[in-house]
Amino acid sequence: MPDLPAAAAHPAPADPIVDVRGLGRSFTVSEGPFLRRTRRTVHAVADVGFTVPRGAIVGYLGPNGAGKSTTMKMLTGILSPSSGTVRVAGLEPARQRTRLAARIGVVFGQRTTLWWDLPLRDSLALTRHLYHVPATDHARRLAELTELLELGPFLRTPVRQLSLGQRMRGDLTAALLHDPELLVLDEPTIGLDVVSKSTIREFLLKLNAERGTTILLTTHDLGDVERLCRRVMVIDHGRLAFDGDIAALRDSAPAPRTLVVDLAAPTAPITVAGARCVAVEGPRQWLELDANPAAVIAAVAAEHEVADLTLREPDIEEVVADLYRRPAGERGRITA
Amino acid sequence: MAEPSTARTLTTEPRRTPPAPRSVGAYPLLAWTWMRAMAQYPVSLLLLTFGQAASTGLELTALFFVFGHAHQLAGFGINEALLIYGLAGVAFCLADFFMGSVERLGEHVRKGSFDTMLVRPVSPLVQLATDEFSPRRLGKVVPAVAALCYALAVLDIDWTPARILMLPVLIVSSIVICCCVWTLGASIQFFIADAREVANSVTYGGQAMTEYPLAIYGRSVVRTATFVVPLAFASWQPALFLLDRPDPTGLPEWLRYAAPGVALLMSLAATLAWRTGLRHYRSTGS
Ligand SMILES: Nc1ncnc2c1ncn2[C@@H]1O[C@H](COP(=O)(O)OP(=O)(O)OP(=O)(O)O)[C@@H](O)[C@H]1O
Ligand SMILES: [Mg+2]
Repeated sequence: MPDLPAAAAHPAPADPIVDVRGLGRSFTVSEGPFLRRTRRTVHAVADVGFTVPRGAIVGYLGPNGAGKSTTMKMLTGILSPSSGTVRVAGLEPARQRTRLAARIGVVFGQRTTLWWDLPLRDSLALTRHLYHVPATDHARRLAELTELLELGPFLRTPVRQLSLGQRMRGDLTAALLHDPELLVLDEPTIGLDVVSKSTIREFLLKLNAERGTTILLTTHDLGDVERLCRRVMVIDHGRLAFDGDIAALRDSAPAPRTLVVDLAAPTAPITVAGARCVAVEGPRQWLELDANPAAVIAAVAAEHEVADLTLREPDIEEVVADLYRRPAGERGRITA
Repeated sequence: MAEPSTARTLTTEPRRTPPAPRSVGAYPLLAWTWMRAMAQYPVSLLLLTFGQAASTGLELTALFFVFGHAHQLAGFGINEALLIYGLAGVAFCLADFFMGSVERLGEHVRKGSFDTMLVRPVSPLVQLATDEFSPRRLGKVVPAVAALCYALAVLDIDWTPARILMLPVLIVSSIVICCCVWTLGASIQFFIADAREVANSVTYGGQAMTEYPLAIYGRSVVRTATFVVPLAFASWQPALFLLDRPDPTGLPEWLRYAAPGVALLMSLAATLAWRTGLRHYRSTGS
């Protein structure tokens, strides 16, 4: 097989793989004791619109109950939308669910798509038949995935005996053996240790780079986002609160950048224009910036003998937490 | 840290367009997979099969007990009753064998496993029907088949060519009708999560009822079982046809030929109910 560059093997057509417009889903929930039951409508997703181009990795963030899983369920055809339109790979998920299923891979971190009582290998073999994958393709992909996700030691173990991390890698394999165009992941790293998380993240990056697979994932782990996603969408109370790249998300937040200065000797708190000293610890001082860091660094270096300098970007975690905390009205809709 | 194991690259061949999903072939495949999984515990499988056969055998004993006291019920003798019992048993037990698992829809919805069925390119109904598919359910069919064969042999049936041809048609129709009743029962669970008991009262309750000559229950029950939940076509109408007897409750005679049409109507109703249910599926909040 010639070593084609990925881009040549997978020319990206202009049409987006996911096209969502004015998407909404509400649930009627009954509460209270029998006879005095009251009905209430929950707008799990309201007027969400976005597109995902082929070959992208997009993170879908939001606090608990924001509507992330509900959106993913509508994209995969599990739930019918209450309003709006969804197109995935040119199909209408709710109406063409089975056809779509053959073209996408889905992993729910919370539950398995494998068969509990079968050894992992048999579960994967069954997947091959359900997706009508030719035997040679299956064997080759299984070998690749076994190596990349280190499945070897537990291929013969019944799924119910697998650890969470092993099961997740098995689920990921099952979702990829038919070589889907789009991979939808709902909390793929939930409950995993750092090593497993890292294995999965590196694998996803590779899959995206070499196979051109589009990846859409929800997560509460901002480490996933920072490592994987060029673009993030934040949903809150069913509405899109942000859609753009991570840098824009950082900029949108009021959380300031911090300059950590290590001086040659302890001194009084530094005062320079465009910065405010927030903490002093021996020779180390923390300056909150509200102006161009270059100017501040120059000013500090001119007045003091500096041993070391580090510029700390606001933690993406703080930025997102801050975004969640802002009241919906004030937050409006930030689009970058 | 934790670099992926190797520098291995993924193959870069063009992506293949997947073939259209085919659900029919998936049934035997999934059923076979479950059977293999069950076969890991052969002793328990054997015991369960035997247990199922024994429990149906017990019903048969009850039938003999009833007829030991009253030699006739609504004008039907023991052999005729065995025919009805056999027809009902074959229809219900085979429907149970093929589709019985669908009644566990509510459980799958609650556990979230129904979501995972929906993201596979195979009809969720097929996946549900084959879930934990086990040959042990065939155990129930054995006494029913035995009763049916015995009754067909000893009864004085006028085997015209029409009767010989109609017998398999009636049996297949009755199985289809029962499968549809199972599916309808499952579809209700899309709307009422714990409707399993209600569904069971129709499926298992219906089986218990149609094992006896329907005439003993009176007119309104026969009418309900003919026109509302058409289980009369599982045993009662075919038996009247084979025995060439007029309907003691006074329903027209052409009804006994209606089973294939009823099976078709029921299939349409079941498909519609299932589709409607799927469209209203709400998944779970977590
Ligand atoms: N089947 C359902 N019936 C009733 N309400 C539901 C249902 N599914 C979701 N909801 C409600 O819709 C809202 C969004 O739920 P969703 O599962 O999409 O949140 P999420 O963003 O995935 O949250 P989490 O991070 O906790 O997984 C919640 O208020 C939830 O209670
Ligand atoms: Mg969720």
